[in-house]
Amino acid sequence: MSELVIESGRIERQYWRDLWRYRELFLFFVWRDLLVRYKQTAVGVSWSLIRPFLTLAVLTIVFGKLGKMPAGGVPYPLLVFCGMLPWLFFSTALTEAGNSLVSNANMVSKVYFPRMTITASSVSTCLVDFMISCVFLIALMIWFRFLPPVAVFLVPFFVVLMFGASLGVSLWVAALMVKYRDFRFIVPFVVQFGLYISPVGFQSSVVPERFRLLYALNPMVGIIDGFRWCILGLPQAYLPSIGIATVEVGLLLASGVWYFRKTERTFADII
Amino acid sequence: MHPDIAISIEGLGKKYEVDKLKAQDEGLRHVIERALRAPLATMRKKVYTKRTREFWALRNVSLQVRRGEVVGVIGRNGAGKSTMLKLLSRITVPTEGSIRINGRVASLLEVGTGFHQELTGRENIFLNGAILGMKRSEIIRKFDEIVEFSEVGEFLDTPVKRYSSGMYVRLAFAVAAHLDPEILIVDEVLAVGDAAFQRKCLGKMSSFAQSGRTVLFVSHNLEAVRNLCGRAVWLENGSVREDGAVDQVVENFFNAMSASSQFSSQSDEYGFAVRRVVLRDATGAESAQFTPGADMIVELEYSAAKPLEQPYIILAINGVNGTCFTANMLLDGNRPTVLQGTGKMACRFKAVPLLPQSYSVKMSIRTKNGNDRVLDYSDVAFFNVVGDLAEYGFAGEFVSRASSSTPVIVPYEWHLPDGTVAPVSLSGERVQNKQIDSVLSR
Repeated sequence: MSELVIESGRIERQYWRDLWRYRELFLFFVWRDLLVRYKQTAVGVSWSLIRPFLTLAVLTIVFGKLGKMPAGGVPYPLLVFCGMLPWLFFSTALTEAGNSLVSNANMVSKVYFPRMTITASSVSTCLVDFMISCVFLIALMIWFRFLPPVAVFLVPFFVVLMFGASLGVSLWVAALMVKYRDFRFIVPFVVQFGLYISPVGFQSSVVPERFRLLYALNPMVGIIDGFRWCILGLPQAYLPSIGIATVEVGLLLASGVWYFRKTERTFADII
Repeated sequence: MHPDIAISIEGLGKKYEVDKLKAQDEGLRHVIERALRAPLATMRKKVYTKRTREFWALRNVSLQVRRGEVVGVIGRNGAGKSTMLKLLSRITVPTEGSIRINGRVASLLEVGTGFHQELTGRENIFLNGAILGMKRSEIIRKFDEIVEFSEVGEFLDTPVKRYSSGMYVRLAFAVAAHLDPEILIVDEVLAVGDAAFQRKCLGKMSSFAQSGRTVLFVSHNLEAVRNLCGRAVWLENGSVREDGAVDQVVENFFNAMSASSQFSSQSDEYGFAVRRVVLRDATGAESAQFTPGADMIVELEYSAAKPLEQPYIILAINGVNGTCFTANMLLDGNRPTVLQGTGKMACRFKAVPLLPQSYSVKMSIRTKNGNDRVLDYSDVAFFNVVGDLAEYGFAGEFVSRASSSTPVIVPYEWHLPDGTVAPVSLSGERVQNKQIDSVLSR
């Protein structure tokens, strides 16, 4: 028989085992979020197509047609969409998962489960939209008769990187949000600015060479570059940025988990 | 730890830092501001700790619960009951001390936690089950039982936001009732739902307790505690005041509580306040104990800053199984023309035919339209009925079960085949041995 010990300041060795034990709950949360997401909407699931499509149209017109940014030899909409894939995932994940603890406050104060479950499931829910967007991208590529390079098989690596970055930041934000509701205002800001700071509507190569290393400190730069590099075969992709992004994602994730774990025990008291 | 012990609590304490909580509410700006003003101090957390005031919600609590024991936790609001449950459920961590739990635990601090308004009953059963720690396969296996227990079968595919509150609670409790832990920790979940459903819940709980599992039950319903539990723990100001056999502890707690029963409630909107509710016996003396069949006077002192015209006052006497009887102005129409200034009013319940149990008086006050609540329906006073039932014609071998029986007894007589007539009555006059003709002989 397993004995459960609850003590102050005890590092619960059970935590990771619990996280595994609650994997079904994780799936249930994903399932719930998907079920609920488009309830009482007129066009339902189509929103996950309409949103990227409209964003694509606006970014293509603003940066491609009006801003006359270089396309690097690929159709501009493809260039934009490859940047949008990880960006939309990151921004929705951050918005949803950042709020995940606060919006489930009732549960947090009434039932025990590893709180990470709820934040991680919020991030994972966004993968469904991501996959719908991927289908859309394939359709776009067929439309433009664009054949991806062999490197396309490296996409999963960048998906993992994208997921890690989103989870890492979300863990930080979700945990901070419990204490400081200020993040409710900070997150939309970050999402809004991020779209322009990250190379979503343009290539990172338009940034002057001497600033590129600095620019690459934004992990989304490396991730977006990576997507473009392996899907579109753009040689302009700045490979050092991918390395930087990988290291940063590792740090974000590790520190996110650390901070979340550290503050988790007091969530129920202050939420 | 001894294998017979299910829960062992040692020196448990939980401290909240009141002002620190406030500081946290103030938000990020203050933290940054403080950091800028006094960077070193903030780093050393000196400023921070100076401003905090400690508040121990629970302190030095030690408790051992044996396997198969059913323990009731009672106490006033704010005595630390909820904190203790939160610690046991691992929702929050203790500041000091330790808890050891031996066995699979399910804790139920609320029914319907995590129910999602937009989802259907069916979907919510799965979601809620998973939140309470059930496996998917387990929920599938018990699904039909849950649906049957909840009595909402035909609305299974309707979003729960369209449910009546009764249906909602039934469904929620049904899921919880089918948890199958070795140790069950339950908070005041029975305070919801109608009387019939509460009875069903209590039945489920007692069958659970009788199956030899460990239960920790927190409730304000003293009668339910008395029926379900063998032992009670009385918490006061965060520590254990008394721990022992349920009857003794409940009685002591009850007496302490009614001695200082000082209900007061206020409605700012209507400028109306009930300053005090007092129970009096037939002689007019303040009392919280009545004999069966005695008169009981519920007296309330009010103060009305604004005149309250033609209010409806509703009093209800509640026992184990819900409301026993009421005095309801919505029905009888005897409302006061106006309540203003300060004053008193009372309601005399005559020859109250109640069995010796614990009861509460609930009150609600409504405006003259009969709908808007000046004061919400809530407990305003508590009382016990005490007495030796043998004196009232109760001579059965199982008379001890009267403590869990339906409490209202109107006078009745059995007319037996052999012609004997056996009268039973809780009325003031004791049963005399007078000759009564059997109805059967006519």
